[in-house]
Amino acid sequence: MGANAATLRAAAFAAGLLFLLLVPLGLSRYGVYIMSLWAVMTIAAMGLNLTLGYAGQVSLAQGAFVGIGSYAVAILSTNGMPFIVPLLVAVGLSFAIGWLLGYPALRVQHHYLAFVTLAFSTLVYLVFRNEEWLTKGIYGIMGFKRPTIFGISTATPLAFYYFCLAMLAIATAFLAWIVRSPWGRAFVALRENPVRALSLGVDTRRYTLMAFAIGSAMGGFAGAVYAPLVEFVDPTPFTLALSLNILMMVIVGGSGFFFGPFLGAAIAVLLPEWLRFAHGWYLVIYAAFVMGLLIYSPTGLLGVADRWTANRKTRRASAERAAASASLSPEKP
Amino acid sequence: MAGPILEVRDVRKRFGGITAVDGVSFEVREGEILGIIGPNGCGKSTLFNCILGQLRPTEGRVVLDGQDVTGLRPSEINRRGVSRTFQLLQVFPQLSVRENLILAGQEHKGSMASRLFGKRDAGLTPEADRMIAFFRLGHLADEKAGGLSYGQQKLLDAAMAFMAGPRMVLLDEPAGGVNLTMLGHLEERLRAINAEQGATFVVIEHNMDFVMRLCTRVVVLAEGRKIAEGTPAEVRANQTVIDAYLGH
Repeated sequence: MGANAATLRAAAFAAGLLFLLLVPLGLSRYGVYIMSLWAVMTIAAMGLNLTLGYAGQVSLAQGAFVGIGSYAVAILSTNGMPFIVPLLVAVGLSFAIGWLLGYPALRVQHHYLAFVTLAFSTLVYLVFRNEEWLTKGIYGIMGFKRPTIFGISTATPLAFYYFCLAMLAIATAFLAWIVRSPWGRAFVALRENPVRALSLGVDTRRYTLMAFAIGSAMGGFAGAVYAPLVEFVDPTPFTLALSLNILMMVIVGGSGFFFGPFLGAAIAVLLPEWLRFAHGWYLVIYAAFVMGLLIYSPTGLLGVADRWTANRKTRRASAERAAASASLSPEKP
Repeated sequence: MAGPILEVRDVRKRFGGITAVDGVSFEVREGEILGIIGPNGCGKSTLFNCILGQLRPTEGRVVLDGQDVTGLRPSEINRRGVSRTFQLLQVFPQLSVRENLILAGQEHKGSMASRLFGKRDAGLTPEADRMIAFFRLGHLADEKAGGLSYGQQKLLDAAMAFMAGPRMVLLDEPAGGVNLTMLGHLEERLRAINAEQGATFVVIEHNMDFVMRLCTRVVVLAEGRKIAEGTPAEVRANQTVIDAYLGH
């Protein structure tokens, strides 16, 4: 059974990868852009999934970190630096700011923490809009180029899509490493029972800060890829709405499930596009779908899958018990 | 003979106008099983929380191996070899039984960096499996802890407290809500650890038979104060204790 599930999972993974590699070949320029946006949003949502899904720390500031990463890349790239430098600065800066944003989480939790991060999100937006000497304010920053990686230009939409996919692969491998290490276990302990974790020697303070810092760094990483994708950075995309949207991706996909953000971002980015045929109704259908899903499965899309496997396991176990008790009493009439 | 492993010196804890613990002093000696008894609300759990850093005492000192540990964080005190169980169940329901145990040991080895770059199980799988076998949870090793029965979770909870090889374990009502068979099993395991590893125990318990059988010495609290201390037999015969707690 275990081997079967592993094979199934490997097959699903391979199929997903093949799909991601091949499908843009048949898409329009806009379709490729949307797929690239999906990859970027998945990276951001994966970061929030670490902070919220694994470590249980609510944050309404992930969009702000995407903004910080975007601005870092836009500002430094227009000054002529090769992409790797702005990328590292975006990640490093987000890590440091995320670490600082973690401090309130040491004192407040849940919706109080949500409000602290919300305030931070608004503050960052105001900096983007008002600090014109740095961000050019509402006029935004443009005129920076898409990166050239090992001599290969990513200027075309398709080339940039594969670049996004590669960045997504790096982020995925990184997060998989984190959550499978003892840190991942400590994060889950922090989410499930911080008092008990503390009594087992888990330095909950340090892990809380780390959860914020790493999650935010991934937000900054997403931003660093977002800037060259849209090739124009202004404050508009980085309002609270983006943070809420990323939060929705995490929850709809399945908070605390590794591949939850992939599905959640797909719903948030792709579904509105597929629903265009419905014109003005698309938002209504979209909202109804999300509400219906969360009523049916509060643990999101992957929560549904989880429930199915658990049910199948229970059924098989009771069938085995029934068979065992039947074979124990063969003389029964 | 060596000095006491733990000294509680005149510990007092006030919550607003209420004094939950009112100047309690006692010692815990290496290798003993000390019982703390007293009626509900007499400050037993508050005292535990003060010793283990969950609460900061208003006054008084907690001395571990001759070092003042008053006000240290619980994770610090735990890493100095003192672990605990809680009155209410405290396992991690979404982690498997084995993962619960690995978690209970991982922070005692290496550094933050080695826990990130080192092995996934921090090299603790053999120790976790040994603990699982010791508490006879073998068939449940890969089950999520949340799916276990109450008694099994209670055993897991105790196993977690022993995972890092602590010198001293504080058990807050280990017998509460556990059926007789499971209780006998738990008692026998505790005795075995005490005998084999020389681990020191402090036990809060309401089940008098359990305390009288298991403990070598008993401290009695009432209304935040220590009213008696001695062997189980002495305490049982003490008139103040009978009046305050045991009755008849």
